[in-house]
Amino acid sequence: MSTRFDAAVIGAGVMGCATALFLARGGMRVALLDRGEICREASGVNAGTLTMQMTRAALIPYALHAHDMWMNMPAWCAGGDVLATACPGLSVAFTDAEAAMLEERARIRREAGAPIELIDGRAAQAIEPGLADGVKLAGHCPIDGFASAYLTGRAFRAALQEAGVTLMEATPVRGIDGRFVLDTSAGAVAAQRVVLAGGVWLQDMAAWLGVTLPIKVLINQLVVTERMPPVMRTVLGVASGLLSLKQYANGTVLIGGGWQGIGDRARGGVAVRSENFLGNVRLAAHTVPALRQARVVRSWLGLEAETADALPAIGPIPGIDDAWIIGSVHSGYTSGPYMGRILAQAILGEAPELPLFPIDRLLHQRSNSA
Amino acid sequence: MIFDVAVLGGGPAGMAAATEAARGGARVVLLEESPAPGGQVYRAPPAGFEMKPDRDRQEGDALRAALAASGADIRIGCRVWGLGGGPLVPEGQPDASFSLSALGSDGAPFTVQARALILCCGTHERIIPFPGWTLPGVIGLAAATILLKAQGMLPGQRVVVAGAGPLLYAVAAKILAGGGSVAAVIDAATSGEWLRALPALSARPDLLAQGAVWRARLLAARVPVLAGAQVTAAEGDKVLSSVRVGNRVFQADALCIGHGLVPATEASRTYRARHAHRPEDGGWVPVLDTAQRTSVPFLYAAGDGAGVRGAAAAPAAGRFAAHTALHDLGFSLEHASKEDAALERARRTGAAMARMMALRPAMVAAIPAETIICRCEGVTRSEIEIAAAAGANTINQLKHFTRCGMGPCQGRMCGEAAGALLAAARGVGVADLGFATGRIPLRPVPMASILGDFDYADIPVPAPAPI
Repeated sequence: MSTRFDAAVIGAGVMGCATALFLARGGMRVALLDRGEICREASGVNAGTLTMQMTRAALIPYALHAHDMWMNMPAWCAGGDVLATACPGLSVAFTDAEAAMLEERARIRREAGAPIELIDGRAAQAIEPGLADGVKLAGHCPIDGFASAYLTGRAFRAALQEAGVTLMEATPVRGIDGRFVLDTSAGAVAAQRVVLAGGVWLQDMAAWLGVTLPIKVLINQLVVTERMPPVMRTVLGVASGLLSLKQYANGTVLIGGGWQGIGDRARGGVAVRSENFLGNVRLAAHTVPALRQARVVRSWLGLEAETADALPAIGPIPGIDDAWIIGSVHSGYTSGPYMGRILAQAILGEAPELPLFPIDRLLHQRSNSA
Repeated sequence: MIFDVAVLGGGPAGMAAATEAARGGARVVLLEESPAPGGQVYRAPPAGFEMKPDRDRQEGDALRAALAASGADIRIGCRVWGLGGGPLVPEGQPDASFSLSALGSDGAPFTVQARALILCCGTHERIIPFPGWTLPGVIGLAAATILLKAQGMLPGQRVVVAGAGPLLYAVAAKILAGGGSVAAVIDAATSGEWLRALPALSARPDLLAQGAVWRARLLAARVPVLAGAQVTAAEGDKVLSSVRVGNRVFQADALCIGHGLVPATEASRTYRARHAHRPEDGGWVPVLDTAQRTSVPFLYAAGDGAGVRGAAAAPAAGRFAAHTALHDLGFSLEHASKEDAALERARRTGAAMARMMALRPAMVAAIPAETIICRCEGVTRSEIEIAAAAGANTINQLKHFTRCGMGPCQGRMCGEAAGALLAAARGVGVADLGFATGRIPLRPVPMASILGDFDYADIPVPAPAPI
């Protein structure tokens, strides 16, 4: 091995890319490795929702910063762009139970910093003419929006290269020896520091360092329509959080919300579950009736990681100097670039702008093999 | 009820597979998109439409009659959009029965389940793009055969017929027979290629004779036949008015053009069967054992969808797949058909034709930079090459970088050319690029058809995420 990197980031999703980018800009020699291609797992196939109303309350301050980063991405990402579009966001309630849930959740998110106001159905239809009748209550957040997530890899790639990051795609890491020699399909890669950024595969990566970190795997389904005339202009959800809807500039409507498909860590996304496909599109058509005229052209799956308490794993790995972890952020795409920025700050020895989410709380049992 | 065998696709392979399985005592369902079984070559005329039957019609009628008498449940005019079951189950669970969601001919949704599934999905047409190929008046060669065979309709009054393979001469001859004029036949194959194919063709003297008749008709009508040539551009203001071949220009109101057939693998990809890239078979094909089994238990493939061999070879392959399925399901096999040497001859001829219709890299290399490759999303050759330079390494990554293949056709039209361009730009083989992940729906599906009647309260909304 000819080069010893200052940092090796394993996993080239949005958080790995952002961490690597800001580490390199902070003066480090950085390697970014992925077993596949850049941003081709969750970071490239998610719904691109940049909303506060599906974000966990504890993450709202981070998501607000990240929203700003997404909207101004070309400025900090060497011109890289995911066509981020700002628009109002609505979370609607069709039943009394949903209205009660919405009131509570809007209040908690408002206290966390999201400027959500509660409005009635008529006011919601004034903001979103495509919205169905029968809305009892709606949460309206002026800070919302969406991105074309499939562009994320392309958007980061040029910036990473410009910053001098050594990007190693299609280079699976098989394990980590010593502190730190990565055993990869392209040979040994040595680094002073290691950052685990492997999404749902963080559990396997942590095990390389002798750390037991249980990560739950969600198999989120998404559905997209053919191009159609404008039917909506906001990001729309329902109070339960199980719908996300937006129409892109090209006319396609993306239907998501976290309905579960079939898959697992080993096989990835295996298949769309028909009954959940149907439930998801029914919820969408109930919320925006014009979608009945749409034709569905494709569905797909993305794997989302979740810790035991559904809060992020971002910070140093306890007991192993210079080993760091980032991931398992609920609605992780929304907050992703900002999370990478603050972790890079910590690794560079600066004080992060907002607190990290250390994983000590998640480690009940640990063996140290290093 | 759970069927023993479901057959997806009612062309020659599917008709024969369903017939064989039903004769063997299995409960069989056949699902077909068209209003009648038959497929493209053995297509039936629309109901109430009188046309003089040709040889293909007679072959098709025989297969249709056998199918109708077999006792198989025949579902025609239905669009299968959803696939599930088989290996598509949660981790640790045993394989399930196959489940196919479809819209019936009346638009009503239904689902069938089966212990075994035989895929006889046929092909779609390969058209290597050239300037003007999206102009109205330019249609596929296979599309032209549908017009001519099923409805006796001419694609235009003065037609240029171009591309590769035997369909060229069949279409040109049928246009003449129908009273149209053929401005030119532009054959990508050289006369040397046809000569080299002769030994394999001679296994089917009937086809050779047929080909000679077609050629004689063109000669008699003084139709220029350009060998080893290709269309440079389709030209016209809003609609086609002429076809350019190098320095020569042919006035025409229609151009029928096709560069071969590509196996339709949407279903086998969705079931995560192993695939291999075999240009001589038409492109990506499911990997089969010697008895038509895919790598997925109880999933079989037969006919051109498993590798292009032509309609004549398809029924035997379908019967073989059915025979294997019944064996695997534990049926006794006294009804099994015995195949003869005619099958081997049909396969040899089919393979020679498939080689002639294989993707021609030189044709892809000649595509001008600003020509649209993905017509759904308006992606040009140069955009694909810029994406390759920007780091797009695989077909799935190319989709992300450019939207190529993300439109309504899901790469059926552009996939072959896009793959060849990306492979050339990256200096790798097409096989190294992988193939687009298979996902439902198999065809674009109208939301209104699948929604059905429902109450909001009946939507099984799962528990919300924690706040």
